[in-house]
Amino acid sequence: MDANSFRTVIGLEVHVQLNTESKMFCSCSSGYADSEPNTLVCPVCLGMPGVLPVVNRIAVENTLLTGLALGCQIASESKFDRKNYAYPDLMKWYQISQYDMPLCGRGSLKISLDDRDKQIGITRVHLEEDTAKMIHGESKVGHKISLIDANRSGVPLMEIVSDPDMTSPEEARAYLTTLRNILLYLDVSTANMQDGAFRCDANISVWPVGIDTGDVKVEIKNMNSFRAVFKALAFEEERQSEVWVKTGQPPEQETRGWVEASGETVSQRSKEYAHDYRYFPEPDLPPLKVTDQLISSLRNAMPELPDSIYKRLIEHCELRSSDALQLIDDRPLLLFFDEAVNEYAQPQRLANWMLNNFVQELRDSETDLASNPVTPQRFVELLQLEDDGHINSKMTAELLRRMVTSGKSAKELVAETGGQITDDDELQKMVAKIIKDNPQAVADFRAGKKQAAGFLVGQVMKATKGRANPGMVNKRIGKELGL
Amino acid sequence: MLDRDTVNHVAQLAYLALDDEESSEMRLQLAQILDLFESLSLLQTDQVEPTARVIPLELPLRDDEVKPSLSQDQVLQNAPRIEDGHIVVPAVLTDS
Repeated sequence: MDANSFRTVIGLEVHVQLNTESKMFCSCSSGYADSEPNTLVCPVCLGMPGVLPVVNRIAVENTLLTGLALGCQIASESKFDRKNYAYPDLMKWYQISQYDMPLCGRGSLKISLDDRDKQIGITRVHLEEDTAKMIHGESKVGHKISLIDANRSGVPLMEIVSDPDMTSPEEARAYLTTLRNILLYLDVSTANMQDGAFRCDANISVWPVGIDTGDVKVEIKNMNSFRAVFKALAFEEERQSEVWVKTGQPPEQETRGWVEASGETVSQRSKEYAHDYRYFPEPDLPPLKVTDQLISSLRNAMPELPDSIYKRLIEHCELRSSDALQLIDDRPLLLFFDEAVNEYAQPQRLANWMLNNFVQELRDSETDLASNPVTPQRFVELLQLEDDGHINSKMTAELLRRMVTSGKSAKELVAETGGQITDDDELQKMVAKIIKDNPQAVADFRAGKKQAAGFLVGQVMKATKGRANPGMVNKRIGKELGL
Repeated sequence: MLDRDTVNHVAQLAYLALDDEESSEMRLQLAQILDLFESLSLLQTDQVEPTARVIPLELPLRDDEVKPSLSQDQVLQNAPRIEDGHIVVPAVLTDS
């Protein structure tokens, strides 16, 4: 068996923290990010005996919205179940989850890779609760301990399970980025992987071509970035093929953890017997009826999604495909573009200035779209100044830089420094002066060094701080040199 | 009759350490409970919609509003050990 005679099967499980103010089953704040430990908890999310969970309406609606966006079958009746396991991060020793009646059933997600589209099946989307955060460390006297902060306990968590439809790490990455963009445009989650708002576990198995795919698979955990997912899957693809080559047998079914530092997956074999979650219907929560009315109101509230945004940018704005994708990948930038393009008739020119200069200026000034003073209206005003001949493109770039740092508008800045110089007499005087001050360059030109003309143009531009009309200066210099 | 392995498995899931005598006793008691539930299968349910509940209630939904939580002192008052506002538990196996 050689490396080319294998095929890879990948399925992904994604856990997404939902954008809600309060937790899944109680009214504690779900904003645990910068909180003091154990300050956002109540008897419900601490799992005290006798408390009753009450379901957060927005969490349900966000899950349904996601299901609709993924074309899932929406359950008319759904229920919650208890998933039992004993671990200190689970305050009740059971997690309220959904077992056999999830809110959303089968759907699909279209990914694009190398200009080729592929549908990835969605198995289900269900709702559950997050667990407490654990910190592993040592006590002051050196004993190994674990510290529990229950603030995250009970934060709404949506699980999206894909079919094992992906055949390469590249497809898995495309699936994740496409899914994340949809969640961002739905505004149901921050989908930030570093913050733990978007977590991914992967199932992967590698099979020799010609042998029926079995159900043995390896689960990979501990991947904290899209890059980590990609690298872990690529590593595992290689490792499993090697096992086949060496042993002629499928790799052992197990859970493996990605270790970022060493760039490999390692077995997480534990002495614990196989999981026995003993799911049963949550007795404290009656079944959830999803009415047609709710579904149609969610459908009406559905925002524009990446797929149709892409179509709009290509068909109506006639943007280059790469520019359209770059805008979609940065939602604040797209919203800025959309607002600006309403008032500006040259979408591609707008995109060019945004994606090249503006993005760079923001990066250089260590600011971002939200906190810098340039509004879409001001951006359009700047481009129009150039369109109307008041400034040249060099000045546009310079003004944009100063707009970002000074907070002034292009018009205000032009009023301070003056606009483009297009006055024939004025330009003639400057050109004459430059010719007079640079006899060597003139001599060079006459001796056949044609680039000396460019130098002289540059001197005029420099003397006018870039404000001279470059085309006119070019012409004048040429005339003076007898071209 | 419930076999001994099943009893031990259930005990393990519940983190209970049973000696042989206790295990035998539990086996008997659990078997009786299961028998009792088995009697439910005598009921004719062909015409009854499957349900997980016997009380016809619909799920009430809550508006997404934050209400005050407990104070940290209240949260930690039953914790056997505390460190820097955290509940301390014996080290559990970590992933690494």
